[in-house]
Amino acid sequence: MWGRIKALVIKELLTVWRDKKSRMTLIVPPLMQLFLLAQAATLEVRNIEIAYYNQDSGWYSHELVQRIKGSRYFKDVHELKNLKEFENAIDEQRAIIGIHIQPDFSRNAAAGRVATVQLILDGRKANASQIVQGYVRRIIGDFNADILKIKSMSSEGSITSVFRSWFNPNLDYLIYNVPCMVGILSMVLGLMVTALSVAREREMGTFDQLLVSPLQPWQILIGKMLPAMIIAVGESTLIMGLAIVVYRIPFQGSLILFYLCMVLFITSIIGVGLFISSLSKTQQQANLGTFVFMVPTMLLSGFGTPIENMPDWLQPLTWFIPISHFFIIIKGIFLKNMLALEVLTHVWPIAFIAIFTLSIAAWMFKQRLE
Amino acid sequence: MIMLHSFSFMRLIAFMYKEAIQIVRDPSTIMIAFLLPLLMLFLFGYGVSLDANQIRIGLVLEDTSPEARSLGYAFEKCTYFQTKVGVDRKEIEDDLTSGRVRGVIIIPTDFSVNLLKNQPAVLQVIADGSETNTASFVQNYADGVIEDWAEKDRGKKAQITAETRVWYNPQLKSRNVLLPGSISVIMSLIGTLLTALVVAREWERGTMEAIMSTPILISELILGKLLPYFILGMLSMAICVTSAVFVFDVPFVGSLFVLFSATAVFLLAALSQGLLISTVARNQFVASQTALNVAFLPAFMLSGFLYEITSMPIVIQWITHLLPARYFVSILQSSFLAGTIWAQVIPNLLAMGCIAGFFLFLVVKKSVKRLD
Repeated sequence: MWGRIKALVIKELLTVWRDKKSRMTLIVPPLMQLFLLAQAATLEVRNIEIAYYNQDSGWYSHELVQRIKGSRYFKDVHELKNLKEFENAIDEQRAIIGIHIQPDFSRNAAAGRVATVQLILDGRKANASQIVQGYVRRIIGDFNADILKIKSMSSEGSITSVFRSWFNPNLDYLIYNVPCMVGILSMVLGLMVTALSVAREREMGTFDQLLVSPLQPWQILIGKMLPAMIIAVGESTLIMGLAIVVYRIPFQGSLILFYLCMVLFITSIIGVGLFISSLSKTQQQANLGTFVFMVPTMLLSGFGTPIENMPDWLQPLTWFIPISHFFIIIKGIFLKNMLALEVLTHVWPIAFIAIFTLSIAAWMFKQRLE
Repeated sequence: MIMLHSFSFMRLIAFMYKEAIQIVRDPSTIMIAFLLPLLMLFLFGYGVSLDANQIRIGLVLEDTSPEARSLGYAFEKCTYFQTKVGVDRKEIEDDLTSGRVRGVIIIPTDFSVNLLKNQPAVLQVIADGSETNTASFVQNYADGVIEDWAEKDRGKKAQITAETRVWYNPQLKSRNVLLPGSISVIMSLIGTLLTALVVAREWERGTMEAIMSTPILISELILGKLLPYFILGMLSMAICVTSAVFVFDVPFVGSLFVLFSATAVFLLAALSQGLLISTVARNQFVASQTALNVAFLPAFMLSGFLYEITSMPIVIQWITHLLPARYFVSILQSSFLAGTIWAQVIPNLLAMGCIAGFFLFLVVKKSVKRLD
């Protein structure tokens, strides 16, 4: 009995591997996505260009500008000579933030009055300009502390904060992206292999051959599931290896726990793939089906932007997206060494979805076979 | 037979008429053009947001003096945070690991002592780096709370203050930026997908053979394939823009003329790219697969609508220049929020025009009236 399943699994793996087209779709796009996603999908703000327009000629403004120029945050600090140029620089997005220092700035500061600089943020870069604003304010804060020191010869009870970021000390996006890629790739592959395999057989008419073979329907089902599992786990392992060796992302948690969760997650995805597969008659339709599933899944998964930021009525819906739980598990085990008990609270929704999608797929499959 | 060698409007119109009937009678095309943009806009509008409305943080008061409690209260009433007060460091650190909070503020035991002794008083801000963007906001907001508190409650007037003004998007709502940008991503998908399937379909179904044996010229064939889908693409764009403005309340301050011209040039590029894919692939499966991988995903990741192009590695920054979506994002964001900035519109239009011309040139080169 297991011999037959084994034969079917080998046959499936060979079909995927020997067909040049499917080999290409399984290898090239995922690797391309890995490279692009890992490198490009960053909300970090780097290579920042800012501009300033200084109408003041005193020491305070000069010192502030020097501090901004000397800071490691900014790549270019443009000096602009008049208000028109200043406005144009923001308009044309040559600077993400404009700093305007008015003529009475140093006079106010020297007299002990409050001296104000204006920060102009480009609202078209809502996220980045807020982060850059934080940098500028930190420079101003340090300057203030130093002014106090000079004036009163002591650091007169300044109140400051020390910032630390756990699990990702430098807030590096690679450390966020690459572990997530393991989840995305295992999803894409598990889905494509299952969704396309039945559709391909149906399109080519070889599905009937399978049906007249001595294999039981459940054996066919397992024979279709296992290859997808093998390919998805295999390629994910490869990516994990790359993550650990090439990108040097430390793996903190338990590898066994991680693989158990991954197998469960891929099972739930295979259920979806089989479901799509049993609905579609051609590879084209199966492909469209995977796309229709993938896009909402990715957009609502919390990968691009956190689920917490979505409107309240939408957040509960993300519960039904298996990868949204898997992302928490991946980051939890990979980066945070999350407790097994804590991981379990995110595992059971995946298990629930897996049972649900698989039973529907099995039922659909049986319907089709009879 | 003289007619065979010169461009004929009659033939073009007849061919476009055939194409139009095919569009109207094929529900899948209508779905791609009208339903898909609405669905995608909905997903982008609600699902993708960078506004960390209320960040859940934990607060640990190791110091229970009035000063520390006053500062703690300042954190609790800050609208950017949803604060959970913890008993000890350990408990709240577990919350950080499990993701129940995204940041922790710790006011250490010596805080008020230092404050009274006029020594620097330091508090700790810890953020969950695995939610990288939220972590930067935890730091920024926490700094803001501390600065406010120092000024109001301690009377520590900072000598130099910064006053922020936001141009074009005063409330800094990320949706106002992301939605116009996402229209570019959506139109990349739709524009390319519409035409990616059409020529491939004709080849697959064998109807290309029938077209090839008519007197139609290659130029008429290409135009006849482009124009109907161009009109369809324009309609999808109209749907996107109207829903963005009326359903999602994104302001539109720019000129409709600029928007129209930019869309026209962009669609020409996207449709030509689709046509090229279709002509080369001659197979719907490969064509749709290619369209997703060369049009949709790059537009999503590299167009700058969500991820800043300037933050990417330099090689990837070069690649982004090949994407029409990149230029379209920039025109759309400015058109919606800032108005018409010619110094930005013209170079972007020209770049898109060049890409469109290049794709069109390749389509003409690859479309040969032969049947092999």
